Amino acid sequence: MHSPRDESPRRLRVQRTGPLLVEGPVEVTLDDGTVAVSDRFCVAVCTCRRSRTYPWCDTSHRRRTAD
Amino acid sequence: MHTGLYEPTLPTDRGELSAATLAYLRRASGSLPPAGDAERSDPYGDDLQLALYLCYELHYRGFAGVDDEMEWDAALLAFRRALEDRFLAALRDDAPLPADVDSALAELLVEPVQGDGISYHLRDDGTLGQVREYAAQRSLYHLKEADPHAWVLPRLHGRAKAGMAAVEYDEFGAGRGERVHARLFADLMRDLSLDTGYGRYLDAACPQMLAVSNLMSLLGLHRRLRGALVGHFAAVEITSSPNCRRLAQAMERLGAGPAAEHFYREHVEADAVHEQVVRHEVVAGLLEAEPQLAADVAFGIAATGLVEDRFTEHLLGSWRSERSSLRHAL
Ligand code: FES
Ligand SMILES: [Fe+2]
Ligand SMILES: [Fe+2]
Repeated sequence: MHSPRDESPRRLRVQRTGPLLVEGPVEVTLDDGTVAVSDRFCVAVCTCRRSRTYPWCDTSHRRRTAD
Repeated sequence: MHTGLYEPTLPTDRGELSAATLAYLRRASGSLPPAGDAERSDPYGDDLQLALYLCYELHYRGFAGVDDEMEWDAALLAFRRALEDRFLAALRDDAPLPADVDSALAELLVEPVQGDGISYHLRDDGTLGQVREYAAQRSLYHLKEADPHAWVLPRLHGRAKAGMAAVEYDEFGAGRGERVHARLFADLMRDLSLDTGYGRYLDAACPQMLAVSNLMSLLGLHRRLRGALVGHFAAVEITSSPNCRRLAQAMERLGAGPAAEHFYREHVEADAVHEQVVRHEVVAGLLEAEPQLAADVAFGIAATGLVEDRFTEHLLGSWRSERSSLRHAL
């Protein structure tokens, strides 16, 4: 959990595939002006745009196989 | 009189091992079967799995009418050890060990376009009756959701401990009692008109479900199996999110109710985060500190796949032949 008074920088993790991981809580403003809020200790922000719970990752970025 | 926590009642036996355990717990008998009896019993069968389940439940909530002292009764612990040895040896024989942790995790991270597990069936063709059966079975774990995994915390250090504690904090409601995942599951059960009493469906549960729960207790209670517990937890969290999406769709299609849908929707989002934290912090942190545990982590992943596959086969097999997957009807 990150409080504004914390001295330490907020920690993010970027990955080649998969979400951007950010220390929560997080407020995201979308293209259309809507605001999404998550108070989870860590928030997975979707970067693949395939999530059905956008802007939060729902694992839709995963590689898929036919079988 | 309301006495706070609901105390589970003892179930009926399923054979000699479980009958002897029940008699011992009731203090109706002062002795337990010799280790050889456990060695000759079916490691996945009703009898051994119920006997083991009874031993483990003493560490969670115990049973009405059973002395709390039984939790650390030396003879019962020795007997439990024989049951565990039989179960663990079978898992080690039957669960194909992956080459390494990375390839085992990579395999779980690939999603089939059309899979054939329980969640696919419930989403596409499941009936309300099957959804209720599924919830009654799973209640053996979900009403103590994340409890078996909390035992690993003192056995982890640094990054692995911090990551595991953060995920557990989320499982336990992030500071709010009404958000504890076990509580969310009880709310789901209420939507499905099921009894939310802890242990209420123990008698009805199939041995495959007992094995799912027993595996977690086994790995959680033994420090020497901490690597396997971490592998197990990673497997659960990685596979959860897509499964929960389909289960949420099943609940929606069947009009199961808002709490029933919410339990699974919350897990779509929560477990998309949890699987990341478990892989990057817990698994990686543990293997950085204790690289010799890699084979145990891989075993935990494989054993989880094995017991879950057996559970899936039993449920889908029962439903295909239009039988209940439970030992008696709801
Ligand atoms: S990054 Fe996970 S769904 Fe988009
Ligand atoms: Fe959960
Ligand atoms: Fe989780």
